[in-house]
Amino acid sequence: MAEITGIKEIIRPENLVYKRTKVMTDNILSYCPGCGHGTVHRILAEIIDEEGLQSETIGVSPVGCAVLMYNFLDIDCQEAAHGRAPAVATGIKRLLPDKFVFTYQGDGDLAAIGTAETIHACNRGENILMIFINNGIYGMTGGQMAPTTIPGMRSSTSPYGRDVKIMGNPLKMTDIVATLPGTYYVTRQSVHTPANVRRTKKAMRKAVQYQKLNRGACFIEIVSNCPSGWKMTPVESNKWMEENMIPFYPLGDLKTPPEEPASNLKPEAK
Amino acid sequence: MERELRLMKGNEAVAEAAIRAGADGYFGYPITPQSEILEYLMEARPYQTTGMVVLQAESEIAAINMVYGGAACGKRVMTTSSSPGISLKQEGITYIAGAELPCLIVNVVRGGPGLGTIQPAQSDYFQAVKGGGHGDYHLIVLAPASVQEMADFVGLGFDLAFRYRNPVMILSDGAIGQMMEKVYLSPQKERSKKVPEWATTGKPPTRERNIITSLDLDPKAQEVFNQKLIAKYDEIREKEVRYEEFQCQDAEYLLVAYGTSARVCQKAVQLARVEGLRVGLLRPITLFPFPTARIRELAGQVKGMMSVEMSAGQMVEDVMLAANGKVPVVHFGRMGGIVTTPDEVVENLKLKIMKV
Repeated sequence: MAEITGIKEIIRPENLVYKRTKVMTDNILSYCPGCGHGTVHRILAEIIDEEGLQSETIGVSPVGCAVLMYNFLDIDCQEAAHGRAPAVATGIKRLLPDKFVFTYQGDGDLAAIGTAETIHACNRGENILMIFINNGIYGMTGGQMAPTTIPGMRSSTSPYGRDVKIMGNPLKMTDIVATLPGTYYVTRQSVHTPANVRRTKKAMRKAVQYQKLNRGACFIEIVSNCPSGWKMTPVESNKWMEENMIPFYPLGDLKTPPEEPASNLKPEAK
Repeated sequence: MERELRLMKGNEAVAEAAIRAGADGYFGYPITPQSEILEYLMEARPYQTTGMVVLQAESEIAAINMVYGGAACGKRVMTTSSSPGISLKQEGITYIAGAELPCLIVNVVRGGPGLGTIQPAQSDYFQAVKGGGHGDYHLIVLAPASVQEMADFVGLGFDLAFRYRNPVMILSDGAIGQMMEKVYLSPQKERSKKVPEWATTGKPPTRERNIITSLDLDPKAQEVFNQKLIAKYDEIREKEVRYEEFQCQDAEYLLVAYGTSARVCQKAVQLARVEGLRVGLLRPITLFPFPTARIRELAGQVKGMMSVEMSAGQMVEDVMLAANGKVPVVHFGRMGGIVTTPDEVVENLKLKIMKV
């Protein structure tokens, strides 16, 4: 690549508009190009940094694509067995109730093998934040059908599309946990446009505040793409997500705290 | 300080000893014959006194993973269950062993396989001693033979777990868990304020982040880690073997038995001695590490050995390995929740080893 003319003139502190947040490490992300995980990591790191929580935070990573989350976030972290992160986080939070504790899980982890742990941690009202990345597929193992794979959606174990008569229905875990008395704030967001990134960050900041106030479980689903698993380019995958995933999993708050204005209760337009 | 004397069930002794040992947390799930542990702790409410957390989980799987989370924060945490529940915990136990976390697990064994029976058995020996979950790892396994040891091994278990950063299992059975005996209780210990340097408690600017994981995608690094574990287990084998001998000095025949079976065998030795038979008993207190060296030594002295277990014959394999072919080693055991009698033991010793 030819050198950009005057590059040294351009790279100056006063011209800086974007930089690595200090809660992210220098390690190269293991996520595929265009995947939403990197963006969510970045938002989470920004929130931890801006809220001054680095020394107070214990994260729990899942089994799945985000298994190596602890390589990218500069925080104390525990790696849980598949689906067990909410139980692990319960143990942490019960013993260190003043710390900020979150889990970060995919759909297979949280909504299939870990269904019991998810529902019971929410129902007990554990003071933790659960971040749920829903891309409707098992990304890490090569694109198999997930509990959230939508009807008709293709995967390596539903190669002709999900036939709900044979394979059963997708599970709307976020809708379920919103009905439980132990959850305080339940929302569904995405990170495929700058506006959605901002909304997700706002949701995370709220969840941090609620945890400080010991309000109960906060649950943020992030509908995301999986270009590799869906066998699409990043741009195609975002378009497919907008046209297919988001109508099935509408964005917006599913449960807001009583003192919160109800204005943002209705699902947002994509 | 004077120790307090009480009449208690083995299960209650575990619960009370946990509070007094300064445990930070207990996570349990009901299953017969060990539910008294959770019940006792819920009634005692130690969270109001010592600050010890007690929580009833939604499953044994969740309970052991809560233990993982708490242990990774450097806390003294434990769970208890019985055989079918311990099977469910195996995933969590292998992750705990792989992440080198200290914790205490109590198995009040009942007969199996499957749902089996709620009566006492010793049929989980292989599971406890040889692994249980997947991968190359060992638990430190303590085998109490009395209510007193149920209490004493809680504190000992925590100490060993933290010394070696390794999960410790108390392998008890339904008889020891349910029976009442007098027990001397240690005075209340304060909960430790020490934070191990590896614990995840939030990363201060003064240190690198702490990561608790059992994952290494690099085969070379994973093998180095496996070798580190082997070295740790070798050190445990060298330093932590515990056993008790009963009339072994002049013994011509040796019984090897742990837990409830060891109590039965102690009586069997007395009965045999009345008949003029020189029988001794070796009671392993640690099942891992196993008293291999001492049994090998006794193989040079006795004419034969009989492993007495409430199982189809599990520990007998380790006794055979220790005897290394020097003398005949046989197994005698009852199953299905039946506790053998001293008379049966003597009868089978004569039949199987003495051939009389």
